[in-house]
Amino acid sequence: MRYLPLTAADRAQMLGVIGAKSIDDLFADVPAAARSAKLFDLPLHAGEMEVERELSALAALNRPAGAGPFFCGAGAYKHHVPATVDHIIQRSEFLTSYTPYQPEIAQGTLQVLFEFQSQVAALTGLEVANASMYDGSTGCAEAVMMAQRVTRREKAILSGGLHPHYAAVTQTIAHAEGMEITRLPAAIDAEAAVLDAIDADTACVVVQTPNVFGTVTDVTKIAEAAHAAGALLIVVTTEAVSFGLLKSPGEMGADIAVAEGQSIGVGLNYGGPYVGLFACREKFVRQMPGRLCGETVDAEGQRGFVLTLSTREQHIRREKATSNICTNSGLCALAFTIHLSLLGEKGLRELAAVNHARARDLRDALAKVSGVEVLTPRFFNEFAIRVPGGAAGAVEALLADDVVAGVPFSRLDPAAGLDDVLLVCATETTTQADIAAFATALSRRVAQ
Amino acid sequence: MSMSNVGRPTRPEASASSGFASLNGGRGLLQDEALIFELDGWDKTGVDIAPAGRDASDLGDLVRSAPIGLPGLSEPEAMRHYVRLSQKNHAIDLALYPLGSCTMKHNPRLNEKMARLPGFGDLHPLTPVAASQGALELMDRLAHWLKTLTGMPAIALSPKAGAHGELCGLLAIKAAHEAKGQGHRRTVLVPTSAHGTNPATAAFVGYSVTEIAQTEDGRVDLADLKAKLSSDVAAIMVTNPNTCGLFERDILEISRLTHAAGAYFYCDGANFNAIVGRVRPGDLGVDAMHINLHKTFSTPHGGGGPGAGPVVLSEALAPYAPAPWVVAGKDGFKLVEDVTEEAAQAFGRMVAFQGQMGMFVRAYAYMLSHGSDGLRQVAEDAVLNANYIKARLSAEMTPAFPDGPCMHEALFDDSWLEGTDVATLDFAKAMIDEGFHPMTMYFPLVVHGAMLIEPTETESKQELDRFCDALLALARAAKSGNDADRFKGAPHLAPLRRLDETQAARKPKLTWKSPTNTVAPTPLAAE
Repeated sequence: MRYLPLTAADRAQMLGVIGAKSIDDLFADVPAAARSAKLFDLPLHAGEMEVERELSALAALNRPAGAGPFFCGAGAYKHHVPATVDHIIQRSEFLTSYTPYQPEIAQGTLQVLFEFQSQVAALTGLEVANASMYDGSTGCAEAVMMAQRVTRREKAILSGGLHPHYAAVTQTIAHAEGMEITRLPAAIDAEAAVLDAIDADTACVVVQTPNVFGTVTDVTKIAEAAHAAGALLIVVTTEAVSFGLLKSPGEMGADIAVAEGQSIGVGLNYGGPYVGLFACREKFVRQMPGRLCGETVDAEGQRGFVLTLSTREQHIRREKATSNICTNSGLCALAFTIHLSLLGEKGLRELAAVNHARARDLRDALAKVSGVEVLTPRFFNEFAIRVPGGAAGAVEALLADDVVAGVPFSRLDPAAGLDDVLLVCATETTTQADIAAFATALSRRVAQ
Repeated sequence: MSMSNVGRPTRPEASASSGFASLNGGRGLLQDEALIFELDGWDKTGVDIAPAGRDASDLGDLVRSAPIGLPGLSEPEAMRHYVRLSQKNHAIDLALYPLGSCTMKHNPRLNEKMARLPGFGDLHPLTPVAASQGALELMDRLAHWLKTLTGMPAIALSPKAGAHGELCGLLAIKAAHEAKGQGHRRTVLVPTSAHGTNPATAAFVGYSVTEIAQTEDGRVDLADLKAKLSSDVAAIMVTNPNTCGLFERDILEISRLTHAAGAYFYCDGANFNAIVGRVRPGDLGVDAMHINLHKTFSTPHGGGGPGAGPVVLSEALAPYAPAPWVVAGKDGFKLVEDVTEEAAQAFGRMVAFQGQMGMFVRAYAYMLSHGSDGLRQVAEDAVLNANYIKARLSAEMTPAFPDGPCMHEALFDDSWLEGTDVATLDFAKAMIDEGFHPMTMYFPLVVHGAMLIEPTETESKQELDRFCDALLALARAAKSGNDADRFKGAPHLAPLRRLDETQAARKPKLTWKSPTNTVAPTPLAAE
């Protein structure tokens, strides 16, 4: 077996040093009833070529985003990732290292995390950011629970524009901890509806911009209302490229910003691994979940970086920790940092402008399709349309034309009664030919 | 004191241990590397983006006006910056990485290649089910392997890491209790030797935590367990093999007592590598166990993540598994995503989308490569390697539990350092100078000055001997009493000397701040 270096002679010699007769002696503590003498009913080992053949056959059954016209967004986005990013994250020293608990021999990872935190803080317009969460959805749930710790209140209000998966994750986790979660009905342009739900027991309000329907909202007034009631404002963003064009959450008064960072540096991966961005105001730093990297000096005064404020974390504080998170999304954070370093402010702004332009091209083309209505008033790179006859059927039908037409909202939230709403997205990877193919195929479908 | 180009003291005397100092403070190929924010790249970019071809926006004052403050690098600069940084890291590809409880094994590159096939890596999570059949089939097959290897009937694939899997398992337990009218149970029992994530997770879902004592031979104290089991106990969380590297000999009795008290048995599967292919947790009475794909099934640790933590479940807990899950049908594979209809008893959802597909592909490639025979050999070699280290190091160091074999990791205490000035931390830091990553230190908490060594099965005998020789030589030096600086000043030969963690925590500096207190220069307007 190619991954196992010991030879039969090694094993025999080592057993001798240990003073054991056979390998079974080393498993003597396992109760006899639980010892399995024979192999489990699974295939035997296979060579690299055979494994590659089997997995390639499975991969070939899937339709990659880059294989043709493709318009899905809704929390995960098709973007071009420079080749440099994937090369660097596959370097052994980054790929095959552990959490940087020994800072003297982990300065590579630690400095990257410091750069990551600094970039995330800048993007979100907030003072501090952590070294990553699993993804945006779990970051959202963590933010709500952090608001409970900060305000010592139990109630959270989720806007109807929040991605339904994010709402479900937050409800699942925060509810288990005893919080009362109010989720407003799904609505295309009603982030401000949370205003009516804020009261003196409210720990936080969670709004999303651009929201799951693509609607961009200035949440400044919501921030003011939340603060007046002693509540925190949590702003969620699923499309990190939008930070290159839109006002930042911090600028609009957010106390905590949560974002999915997948768009920058991380591939689609059928949903994971992704990277959760988590930033907040400095005064709340000791209530933050997750790892933090901080600057310090070594014994000779050289600047260096370490994991810090660990007394918030489970390995030190155990049941009093701010979160149970341990493993996070380090390598995806590295990919994010490299891609964003390559973009820089100039590149990110240009990239955002192109995304916004392609989405408007798409809107212009789809608006001309008879019977189709564009529902999202203000958007960045995704928006909702009404498709007569139902969105799910249209997506299925357009697959025959090799057009992946977007995400039926009913797939995310079947109970919302929005069966004719289709979420569509365009990015820098979308071509005019893709847009034309979509519009043509959709016209044909709607005319049927 | 000389200053580097970023205003840092370079302290050429830092290199004095070799008796030679460079003029710029660097050490040959190992150079100081500034932060990207200090590289003067405020108007640079390393990407070429075609013009947008339309007006900047129609969004009025929703558009940001102030600069973001992000530096950019050209491609060659970026490559150099990150490659230089990489060289300051230790890695499993460089040497044995003996972190106990972390299972730092070789990461096969075939798995990386497979995860990058466009059919997996470029697949959107909301691609129509008809156009993602291969992904669903892979998830179904992975589930089959994991259920077979654990002897458990059900699995939730979506949790994103071990602690997230613990959360999933406890939420299923909570839902099961509530369904049986047992929602009043408020306590989770956790042995004192447990990983910190266990009590943290229990508290996270609103349970109170009660510790169970440990016996002198490093196992759960059955008498204490009996005393603490009651109608208030929702679950017990036990790691097996435990964090002392020992198999819980009374595991069948533990599960029997737990079930008799109406509680569920959560097993922390972090140490599954020790028994994979040989022992099935389902045969031990486990109700829920997470599997760290980034440990036992070798998906890379990536400097702290990502991982994946699928949870296998017993019949009793299976109905409460979270959405989504894959169902194989006559017309292909289906993804059940809605927690309100077919999944009425599901406790909810752990994550957006389906979980760590990139890790599923890697772990499945790893399993196919090993097969049932190779996986059994994995456990045997992992245990053999740990016992070999325990046997060899016992010549100078004191194993915490000398009697009987250990499983996949060998635990030492610090009694052999008594009378020296050297503490566990100093000894571990001195290992860095010998070219090895320190072992896990001061964990588990039940052993004084603990040193927990997990070699894994992917080490050759030559590397194990090199490691043991180095540690034995260090141990003799520590005991000699006349080599104090080797330990107190360690590491001497790492990119940095020991770091001041107290200062970092006292006045946290978590992001780069412009030394001139002005934000970056005005950036270019978007085109």
